Amino acid sequence: MWNWIQRFSSPKHFYSMSVPLIKWFAIAALVIGLYGLYLGLFVAPTDYKQGDSYRIIFIHVPAAWLAMFIYMVMAVSAGIGIIWRIRLADMVAAASAPIGASFTFLALVTGSLWGKPMWGTYWIWDARLTSMLILLFLYLGYMALQSAIDDQRSADKASGLLAIVGAVNIPIIHYSVEWWNTLHQGASVAKFDAPSIHIDMLIPLLLMAVAFKLFYATMVLVRTRNESLYRDRNRRWVREIVEKL
Amino acid sequence: MGGYAFFVWGSYAVALIVVLGNIVTPIMQRKKVIKRIKRTIKRESIELSRSNQGQ
Repeated sequence: MWNWIQRFSSPKHFYSMSVPLIKWFAIAALVIGLYGLYLGLFVAPTDYKQGDSYRIIFIHVPAAWLAMFIYMVMAVSAGIGIIWRIRLADMVAAASAPIGASFTFLALVTGSLWGKPMWGTYWIWDARLTSMLILLFLYLGYMALQSAIDDQRSADKASGLLAIVGAVNIPIIHYSVEWWNTLHQGASVAKFDAPSIHIDMLIPLLLMAVAFKLFYATMVLVRTRNESLYRDRNRRWVREIVEKL
Repeated sequence: MGGYAFFVWGSYAVALIVVLGNIVTPIMQRKKVIKRIKRTIKRESIELSRSNQGQ
């Protein structure tokens, strides 16, 4: 079992095995994303209360879900890297951070653009918005630590610990709308009751969420390949690949 | 978009920028890493041939 893990988590093995995965994830993300956009923008009905402004949901909610999902992937792989010293896990964590940061930014900006017409303000220090801003800072802190420390192993340890400690923010984001009185609405989909959103709006929302996750899967593989080339730049397998390019 | 065009299309435009940025950045990064490794290989082979001549 251990040998098997070691073999499949070697950067060299990953580098060649990831090629077909990247291709299929990318195709699936594109097809599902375009279909979700079509349903969300042209088929889903106008909301009786929010008019067409609610269509921001098809970007905003998948972006926010993905931002939290990526954080958990990053924290778990950083933990695996620290505990079992699997280098590929450290690379996945490092590759995830910039993607997660960009989707946290997207969730904040689209939320802001939705807040202005519906709440009358681009920003308010509400618990949901503030905890989401902290998520962005956690990603940026992780990236800063990664690039500030020259020794790769120390950089992975320090930034990995930050990622793990920061994971406490994820349930805070999720429950912020219940624990505090927030301007932000409560959950419509991710709750134990049936989702309180019409099926014609729910389907494109879920399609977009799947497409965003597939996009992340594609890009994290591409970035992890870059990481493995860079980190193994003095090893023979990388030299052999680069010489052929 | 019922008077909300700026907010809705603004959101979709930012999403497009974020997605494109996520695609372009690692492609540039890959080129940079490969260039750097190629430079190292070249430098090492020059150093190696020099040290061979010296012997």
